[in-house]
Amino acid sequence: MEDFRFEIEDHGLQYVGSERIDGPLVIVERIRDVGCDEIVEIMDADGQLRFGRVLDVSDQQAVVQVLEGTTGLSNRTLKTRFLGESFRLPVSRHMLGRVFDGLGRPVDGGPPPLSSDRRDINGMPINPDARRYPREFIQTGISAIDGMNALVRGQKLPVFSGNGLPHDRVSAQIVRQARLLEENADFSIVFGAMGVKHDVAQYFIRNFEESGVLARVVMFLSLADAPSVERLFTPRCALTMAEHLAFDCGRHVLVLLTDMTNYCESLREIGTARGEIPGRKGYPGYLYSDLASLYERAGRIEDSNGSITQMAILTMPSDDISHPVPDLTGYITEGQIVLDRDLFQRSVYPPIAGLPSLSRLMKDGVGKGYTREDHPALASQLFACYARVKRVRGLADVVGEEELGEIDKLYMKFGEAFEQRFLNQGEYENRSIDTTLDLGWEILSLLPRSELQRLSAALLEAHYRPVADGVAEPKRKEEEKEV
Amino acid sequence: MTVETKPVAAVVTRISGPIVTASGMRDAQMYEMVQVGDAGLAGEVVRLQGDRATIQVYEDTTMMKPGAPIRRTGAPLSVWLGPGLVGNIYDGIQRPLPGIRARSGAWIRRGEKVDALDTSKRWLFHPRVKAGDTVSAGAVLGAVDETALVEHLIMIPPGVAGVVRSVAAEGEYTLLDSIAELDTPDGPRKLTLLQKWPVRQARPIRERIRITEPLITGQRIIDTFFPLGKGGTAAIPGGFGTGKTVTQHQLAKWSDADLIVYIGCGERGNEMTEVLREFPELKDPRSGRPLMERTILIANTSNMPVAAREVSIYTGITLAEYYRDQGRNVAVFADSTSRWAEALRELSARLEEMPAEEGFPATLPTRLAQFYERGGAVTTLSGERGSISIVGAVSPPGGDFSEPVTQHTRRFIRCFWALDSELANARHYPSIHWLRSYSEYVEDIAEWWGKRAADWGELRTEALKVLQREERLQQIVKLVGPDVLPDSQRLILFLAEILKNGFLTQSAFDEKDMYCSPERQMAILRMILTLYRRGSDLIQAGAPLVKLQQLPCIQQIVRAKSSFGNDELEAIGTLETEMNSELDALAKEYEGKGS
Repeated sequence: MEDFRFEIEDHGLQYVGSERIDGPLVIVERIRDVGCDEIVEIMDADGQLRFGRVLDVSDQQAVVQVLEGTTGLSNRTLKTRFLGESFRLPVSRHMLGRVFDGLGRPVDGGPPPLSSDRRDINGMPINPDARRYPREFIQTGISAIDGMNALVRGQKLPVFSGNGLPHDRVSAQIVRQARLLEENADFSIVFGAMGVKHDVAQYFIRNFEESGVLARVVMFLSLADAPSVERLFTPRCALTMAEHLAFDCGRHVLVLLTDMTNYCESLREIGTARGEIPGRKGYPGYLYSDLASLYERAGRIEDSNGSITQMAILTMPSDDISHPVPDLTGYITEGQIVLDRDLFQRSVYPPIAGLPSLSRLMKDGVGKGYTREDHPALASQLFACYARVKRVRGLADVVGEEELGEIDKLYMKFGEAFEQRFLNQGEYENRSIDTTLDLGWEILSLLPRSELQRLSAALLEAHYRPVADGVAEPKRKEEEKEV
Repeated sequence: MTVETKPVAAVVTRISGPIVTASGMRDAQMYEMVQVGDAGLAGEVVRLQGDRATIQVYEDTTMMKPGAPIRRTGAPLSVWLGPGLVGNIYDGIQRPLPGIRARSGAWIRRGEKVDALDTSKRWLFHPRVKAGDTVSAGAVLGAVDETALVEHLIMIPPGVAGVVRSVAAEGEYTLLDSIAELDTPDGPRKLTLLQKWPVRQARPIRERIRITEPLITGQRIIDTFFPLGKGGTAAIPGGFGTGKTVTQHQLAKWSDADLIVYIGCGERGNEMTEVLREFPELKDPRSGRPLMERTILIANTSNMPVAAREVSIYTGITLAEYYRDQGRNVAVFADSTSRWAEALRELSARLEEMPAEEGFPATLPTRLAQFYERGGAVTTLSGERGSISIVGAVSPPGGDFSEPVTQHTRRFIRCFWALDSELANARHYPSIHWLRSYSEYVEDIAEWWGKRAADWGELRTEALKVLQREERLQQIVKLVGPDVLPDSQRLILFLAEILKNGFLTQSAFDEKDMYCSPERQMAILRMILTLYRRGSDLIQAGAPLVKLQQLPCIQQIVRAKSSFGNDELEAIGTLETEMNSELDALAKEYEGKGS
């Protein structure tokens, strides 16, 4: 790792000494021909190299953000060399199966990737006129997602979790099971870890290994002990890699980013060090734009068959969904999967909260021609009924379950079945969409027909089978599927 | 327009993200457009100090260096106004996205320069004045059929007046061909199909007039309960996932405006793509033509440069004003004004201005007021009626309406559609909360409704009363359960449920229900409230609520909104007759039994 150097020709002058060192920032004066966002090589007294980036430049001075920390740097002895370009990542499809650090340097013992194709990791915005609207349903095999919050190819759907909740297991299960209904095209996976612990990274690597996808994974690991500034580059490296695989090589890429909260904290750290005016909870005012520059790098474009589907995992500090990180994320992403501590404590796996979870693109990827005709109405009815369950439970806490009306008692029963049978499933249980939908109907049959106002008479006729104890009926006829 | 390049070398001295400082700018004007660096990135002067100018750059400044040249244009940021705007999609500074795509592919490269309108396309011009006519600003010179839905009137630009010396014969002309020549007090002047106008300046009007007509949106909760007037301003605040964008899309699709300007300001790329792909397919319910033929899109998505996001709102409203000046009713949808305010905050922080509330600049309320005041119903310079209605989405952090953008916006709008996350969680859409929303246009447009449904005001008040009482009863129900309430109160709960499921919720994806005509809205509401009145009487007469709940017609009433389309009013009438006869039967049973 030490002998790895960016393949950049020596460029320009070397400056000796700096004016000021403040946290991760070094201020170099009397510079010439330096650009904004330019990459800087910094040598300390011992001749060790670190990298930095120019944040702000004027005709007198440059503010350089040091990526690997400023420990041991001294105003008098440090030497800087401006490398004449912004941060670039060499990309090639041979990087599949490799492991890199947060700045794109190999850490698996292999050689640095040979590629003349070096991309600016900031990417460029996709022209909305050139986007292809995401429509293809991805079956994850998890009922709570497929049935109620379906994921489509090219979507950005984050997982909102809390410390101690099984977000890693849920996302690993999604990676294992995700596939399209018609095709058997496999996903390539780009995994970006920001500030997570070694064992979490190990967990994912083991999982990739077990499910035999390791050869299709590119990993960028900036673990908890790496300098925090590095994390700002990690997701950008990962997404640059993903864009190459998706739009140049035509692959379907699933980008897994964990944990976005750590990323935002690094951003806050830099903002504070620069003396910026903070916004909510000390996060910089541009947090929204910054997050958008990552999340918006998902999707499909007209001129390529590939796609980027994004799943970012973030832990909500003290389970607070109105905290700036989940809040701003929710405003950018196309829905969210929220994990619920209450369900988790009642050992429901996956503990995907029924109501606050949402997939905005579901409407375009389910129903006739995509999954099954009854899917949208069924999901809507399940949501409505489960919302009622929540109200009834609140009431039951006050008056006692025995005092509830007849209908409300049925709702209690429905709620129990919904959580224990529909939401709850095995970590290795892969349910087909038909199984999921049939299960949904089965559970709805616990309620009388008059309660199911969001389902049309025709759908009720075809699927609704009121059974006293909710015993499953044999498989119903398949709906016609248009491809 | 005087065009630039003075020999004094204007150069960049400092770069901090989208904010660039330059020297050699003594003669520059505030808000002048400049081209920065060798790539010629578009920028705008926002502060002048001696020889130095601060410039906000609309494109990414990566690898820009001090010493880079600056070219001045001598003119403020202006938009092109002329045939070809409708059906187009622009970025925040009016660069057509299809044009950019043709040059740089799927990605937006920096420094692309594309004309806002196609100057080679020929338009069929029908003159409406003749030589010798005296004309003033706003007068119509002629017309161009821009799309099947929009007849584009070519007007004398503001500030110009005189006698027509010559006018082009009917025929095809490009935007740059001279179509008329005027003798003005300042000498002869050639006019073309194209005008330019600075975006930060409102276009002149003759006077503002009263709002008397509602903007019919086909959305029941809006038209019936919280109507917006043509020329009115409204805000839709809501946390994420409450359906701001879907509601905005619904309004943009079905509003009875002549022209729609949809500004996607700092939002998702896919949402703009959705509009772009969907609108050409959807048919306007009144004319049967594709909706795209009356729509202009401005897309400056969240990952596009933040300075261009700030200006996108002004670009959009200027285009709207231009069509209003042609005597049209224009509706502007801005999604989301919070992202625009955040752009202001970000730029203000980079300019090192003193922040006010939550880091927003102290000018935030003024800027919001300036924007919303560009809406309104007016008499145009030529004496026509025109209007701009503005609907701004607001995205309060954490869904908390007490934050600065929501609070200040409330001061400048008169219609407030509060989205509620609990309703959204239960998938009750549109999740506009009936008790927290309001409209100050009810009085103004009562007359319009009065001509169509004499009982509109009455039905509206009665329904809101039921919903209000239900809310209070729910407080009690939460404590003791519904079963202890008397039937007369449980009837309220029951009716409120029918109102919610059968009237307030409206699916944006249901063919029959996505657009609900005013007549159908009234028919359904009238039927539900008749059920309420007669139900109350029955319960007075001693009939138990259960009997009422079990009437076969109830299920059909709840589903009437999606069973019967806008042209099936008779079927709703039949259902109401059925309901009445079932109620008659019940009444007979309990005749004389009550207290």
